[in-house]
Amino acid sequence: MDKEESVRSLTETMAKFTAYIGKRLPNDVKDKLAELRTMETNPLAKAIYMSMADNQEAADKLDRPSCQDTGVIQYFVRAGAKFPLLGELEQILHDATLGATKMGPLRHNAVETFDEKNTGTNTGSKIPWLDWEIVPDEDTAIIDVYMAGGGCTLPGKATVLMPGQGYEGVTDFVFDVITSRGVNACPPLLVGVGVSTSVETAARLSKRAILREVGSHNPNENAAKMETLLEEGLNEVGIGPQGLTGANSVMGVNIESSARHPSTIGVAVSTGCWAHRRGKIRINADLSYEIISHKGAAL
Amino acid sequence: MSRKILSTPIRDEDLEGLNVGDVVYLTGHLVTCRDVAHRRLIEQGRELPVDLRGGAIFHAGPIVREKDDGHFEMVSIGPTTSMRMEKFERQFINRTGVKLIVGKGGMGPETTAGCQEGKAVHAIFPGGCAVLAATLVEEIERAEWQDLGMPETLWVNRVREFGPLIISIDTKGNNLIEQNKAVFNEKKLPAIERIKSQVRFIK
Ligand code: SF4
Repeated sequence: MDKEESVRSLTETMAKFTAYIGKRLPNDVKDKLAELRTMETNPLAKAIYMSMADNQEAADKLDRPSCQDTGVIQYFVRAGAKFPLLGELEQILHDATLGATKMGPLRHNAVETFDEKNTGTNTGSKIPWLDWEIVPDEDTAIIDVYMAGGGCTLPGKATVLMPGQGYEGVTDFVFDVITSRGVNACPPLLVGVGVSTSVETAARLSKRAILREVGSHNPNENAAKMETLLEEGLNEVGIGPQGLTGANSVMGVNIESSARHPSTIGVAVSTGCWAHRRGKIRINADLSYEIISHKGAAL
Repeated sequence: MSRKILSTPIRDEDLEGLNVGDVVYLTGHLVTCRDVAHRRLIEQGRELPVDLRGGAIFHAGPIVREKDDGHFEMVSIGPTTSMRMEKFERQFINRTGVKLIVGKGGMGPETTAGCQEGKAVHAIFPGGCAVLAATLVEEIERAEWQDLGMPETLWVNRVREFGPLIISIDTKGNNLIEQNKAVFNEKKLPAIERIKSQVRFIK
């Protein structure tokens, strides 16, 4: 393949994959929703989980986006420095968003700020949003696609605590966001927490946290312990599906962290709704690919 | 358990026995009606082009496809946040005689009062279930105020057993979401205290 052909091929793969994830949930989310459904005894909560499952089945069968809000498209790229299309990737993902918007079809969700006009293409200044990590010596790229819907984006919040407030303050912050702002965001939510040094570093990590698999744990022992404590504590509140009460509240709590300034604790929360539409794909140097998030998926 | 089904036109006595938390389904007509339609009726005093006496509205902006024969097909229709209509809903109930308001999330004290005065209810359809909802629409019979664009047009849908609809405000002044919030706030306190005692990582 010459370069032009390679670019065209990867653009098409990414457009198809982006449209695909709007119609089908990743395996970890699907499994978790099924597990939460079986844990419900309350008939109302059960009925809602059944509707969610019916909806996903209908979306798959009719090949339609499962929720009308297909979000703002975000790509989280972890590319090897030797990935052959490294320099072209930004343009490729931009064009993939245009393609997916037609294929989905995706709702038009990019409003140019200050001009306050919907571009009608899901692209605009810095949108699709790209987040980069470059890995030395590797020649593959792993790309996470995420549809950031309005409802699940609204609860997001970040602040900087004083060290005296400690992890106790982090606990208060997480509970406050989820029980006040999270209730309307189509629970059960996947809660992402960033613990870091400032608002923007914590916010970025909190978003990366909801890209991690449901049920996975932070490698640090204390952080992992806090994930479990927060998950159990939030579940005790019994927010239930759609905030209508139930046996549980969340799909899980994932924490991502960095070192911090001795005088600050940056903390942020990002949330993914029950229809947590994300996908992970590995692109090899020869542009063959492997879909990691959705087993058996064919584009 | 048999399903409780409401049919339009809905009468007062169909609603009087309902309590918050009950699950019902709707057969008959369901009209999409959101921000601008509310504004036109209440602020600009315009008549709605659809008679809603005994009727049902849906706070939703759907995706609709126009077929070759000129008919419309419902592709996707999910509820939008009802709270945006809080400012208008009490007067809206009063003016139109609407009986069932379907949306997402709770509504506030004004709507609760309106529901009590007008013997109406607010119900929640599960958010994110837009394809399921679309499959429960048998036909789009009419489209009014199309000048408002696809999301705001009043789409008159004939539906069969549309639901689940969870009653969140009943005719007696009860508001499920407000009650739930109070419960959540109470339940979270002991959980927070227990966690705090175990996360004193700064020593
Ligand atoms: S919060 Fe998620 S499921 Fe609910 S309407 Fe928004 S995108 Fe859809």
